[in-house]
Amino acid sequence: MARPKKKKNKEIFALGNEAVVEGALLAGCDFYAGYPITPSSEIMEIMAQRLPRIPNGSFVQMEDEIGGLGAVIGASLAGRKALTATSGPGFSLMQEHIGYGCITETPLVIVNVMRGGPSTGLPTSPAQGDVQQARWGTHGDHSIIVLSASNVQECLEMTIEAFNLAEKYRTPVILLIDEITAHTREKITIPNEAEFEVFNRTLPTMPPEWYKPYEETVRGVPPMPAIGSGYRFHVTGLTHDVNGFPTSRPDEVRELNERLFRKIDQFLHDVQIVEEIDTEDAEVAVIAYGTVARSAELAVKQARDLGVKAGLLKLKTLFPYPRKATEKLMYRAKTIIVPEMNMGQISREVKRVNNGQVSVRTINKVDGQIITPAEILKVLTRV
Amino acid sequence: MADIKGTQLIHEYLRHNKKFPHVFCSGCGHGIVLGSLIRSIHGLGLSKDDVCIVAGIGCSGRLAAYVDFNTVHTCHGRALTFATGIKMAKPGMHVIVVMGDGDSMAIGGNHLIHAARRNIGVTALILNNNIYGMTGGQCSPTTPAGANTQTTPMGQMEQSFDCVELCTAAGANFVARGSVFHVKRLDSMIMEGIKNPGFGVVEIMTPCFTQYGRKNGFKSPVEMFHALKKNVVKRERFDEIPEADRGEKVPSGIFVQKDTPGLEEKFYEMAARCQGGK
Ligand SMILES: Cc1ncc(C[n+]2csc(CCOP(=O)(O)OP(=O)(O)O)c2C)c(N)n1
Ligand code: SF4
Ligand SMILES: [Mg+2]
Repeated sequence: MARPKKKKNKEIFALGNEAVVEGALLAGCDFYAGYPITPSSEIMEIMAQRLPRIPNGSFVQMEDEIGGLGAVIGASLAGRKALTATSGPGFSLMQEHIGYGCITETPLVIVNVMRGGPSTGLPTSPAQGDVQQARWGTHGDHSIIVLSASNVQECLEMTIEAFNLAEKYRTPVILLIDEITAHTREKITIPNEAEFEVFNRTLPTMPPEWYKPYEETVRGVPPMPAIGSGYRFHVTGLTHDVNGFPTSRPDEVRELNERLFRKIDQFLHDVQIVEEIDTEDAEVAVIAYGTVARSAELAVKQARDLGVKAGLLKLKTLFPYPRKATEKLMYRAKTIIVPEMNMGQISREVKRVNNGQVSVRTINKVDGQIITPAEILKVLTRV
Repeated sequence: MADIKGTQLIHEYLRHNKKFPHVFCSGCGHGIVLGSLIRSIHGLGLSKDDVCIVAGIGCSGRLAAYVDFNTVHTCHGRALTFATGIKMAKPGMHVIVVMGDGDSMAIGGNHLIHAARRNIGVTALILNNNIYGMTGGQCSPTTPAGANTQTTPMGQMEQSFDCVELCTAAGANFVARGSVFHVKRLDSMIMEGIKNPGFGVVEIMTPCFTQYGRKNGFKSPVEMFHALKKNVVKRERFDEIPEADRGEKVPSGIFVQKDTPGLEEKFYEMAARCQGGK
């Protein structure tokens, strides 16, 4: 995880979308394909400028988001670290290919800058309406990692994290930000190389004749050679055996499907990233993510000043949902408040964990406006 | 094709760890295309490691799994998008895309015209059997007017696409049409297509007796091959036939052959200039 020091590091004044690009390039991203859409387009435009300037960097504008993600998957299979960015309508178009990425275990990162929906909705206003879609949008049972960022610095850090998790677990990773953070300009620190880790997919060490592309490993993640590196194997969206060939044998089908979950679920401590603020003695706690977590942080401080024992659990990983961290919070807190710019998508997860122990209050706003600190404070001080 | 011949040659390129039998019906033309593709790759002396076969979804898309190259079986209609990513990432790779008529011209029609316009350096083989084979014989964008299919039980009423004209109009660098009856010519067309820079398309007329022939007056797959023999004619000869007498005949041969560099070449040239300090 990038932990920028204060001294000596380069500081820039950047948009959230620019910070995504900085993070991606630091993580080793060398391929971008996509289709423009507000409020994510700056990511694509800056990539068009930057990628030709780095060795082996490549960029292509596709005819739609289906094509964008298709090209990203192709590039990743060919050994690249590939990114695409989009917003609601484009994210909907990408769903079939997200599932392809899951079943073929192709590392890739999708940034979805959330705007108001459904449909064309509110192109220039923030929302958090795509949270459950990020988890369940593609058909079929599958596992996936969904992250979020609540300020410009986190856009950089969480993009690095997204690439690392994608490479480590051979999976698509979706980073959700919203229009406000994407279009907020603030000072951020660019970490220097020693301050963060870059993880690259594990390459096979055995000779090509011995290589089985989907064989079980200790971590559950098979090594992945690039197309053209001498390991000739088959990639398919059909359910496949360890050799990568289509199968409908129940034992082989089960083995693949279970491994796809297990490879992520057995490393939840690594995948689930949260930040706790004043939670140790919190009697009333907020669970928030994205720009709303920023409002919540201020509200919690103000509530403390008023003598309320308030705390904040900021979710940086949304899925697999951070169950442990939520349970821990519920040992002490009597009330949990979940503010979201939707009608209640993460609060469903919170309620599932809760199982009736504490009172879960939601603040839901779907008018294209951010939830303000004052709105959260009001609920914090009333309970 | 010096030392090994015929089936022996084919076996050199088949995957021995792949479970056979293959999925194709007897009398299907798709396997002939695979043979032709193998002979073409062998004829050009390409290394297996440098060839990537990217296939769509359909009976045609199943070709990829059987051959010992880098193979990617993608989503219905989207093979060209994956191929674009692979070619941009690895410009030295020979990327060959295998698609069906529905795959390439219905669901994937937008990708087809844009791949042609963009001139990405991949070679697309479009296996045109005028039908959705895999899903049980529904109408495709190339099903001829009047034909009986599962979704046009009273006869097909729409216009159909002419793949060659479509790709030519969209700006493809190389456009050809062959058939699985005229195999020698097909071999050389595919070779030319692979050698040519930029985006290339070879439309291959191929029979599907199971889902098309049976319902449209053919008594056997062999009859469908006879029809191909009769109807797929060299374009020079086709041009001589008076329009009124053309009937079901279609011209074959190479229709477009330009040497415009592919997008990947242009991109990396531009990138080299950027990295050389502008
Ligand atoms: C998004 C999507 N829609 C529909 C299908 C079902 N489907 C599979 S193959 C196919 C048509 C195949 O026809 P064609 O491309 O002509 O290939 P052929 O089988 O004739 O070789 C369809 C409609 C699918 N797999 N994915
Ligand atoms: S259904 Fe048609 S296209 Fe498919 S394998 Fe059978 S003959 Fe070939
Ligand atoms: Mg077909």
